[in-house]
Amino acid sequence: MILGRVVGECVASQKDPSHEGRKLLMVQPLTLDGGDQPGPPVLALDAVDAGIGDRVLLALEGFSAMTAVGRPNSPIDAAAIGVIDTVDITDPA
Amino acid sequence: MRIARVIGNVVATVKDPQLEGFKLLLIEPMGPRGPQKPLLALDGIGAGPGEWVYFCRGKEASFVWRPREVPTDAAIVGILDPAANQAWQSRWQAGGNKGKTV
Repeated sequence: MILGRVVGECVASQKDPSHEGRKLLMVQPLTLDGGDQPGPPVLALDAVDAGIGDRVLLALEGFSAMTAVGRPNSPIDAAAIGVIDTVDITDPA
Repeated sequence: MRIARVIGNVVATVKDPQLEGFKLLLIEPMGPRGPQKPLLALDGIGAGPGEWVYFCRGKEASFVWRPREVPTDAAIVGILDPAANQAWQSRWQAGGNKGKTV
């Protein structure tokens, strides 16, 4: 999993049935100091009702993503599976 | 999943028999600074050329067609509603042009 920030939401009425009923969050992977990592946002199914601006725990692999949204064996490879409250970095590299 | 645009299609008559009957679409992953490296994805939703879509990667991509075992590592699983996503899409496309020398 990685840290991400919800930067938007995608609307797609025509999609795989296993994606129904879940928000499609645009999540920007974050660096340790909270800045945006380069590269495009990831599209993740929302398992925790995260909103724009929330920092989230982003699962980037099928099994964890599917399990979090309760849709096993589905074409899902990313999901927001937690909303981050605090990040404590005690021993920075 | 990742956001992309459909930029074309590919025909391969000689291929893995399990791939028979599928559309092979050429897609360009998109980001705020424009397009990234294109790739080929199986069409799991009926996407057309020029459409903004999103795709799933890895083994999970083949789950569109479960229980049939389809040898693909990328499948288009959704089409973005043109109107609802217009604002950021045009920003992304503009982002891509900035880098191009005209």
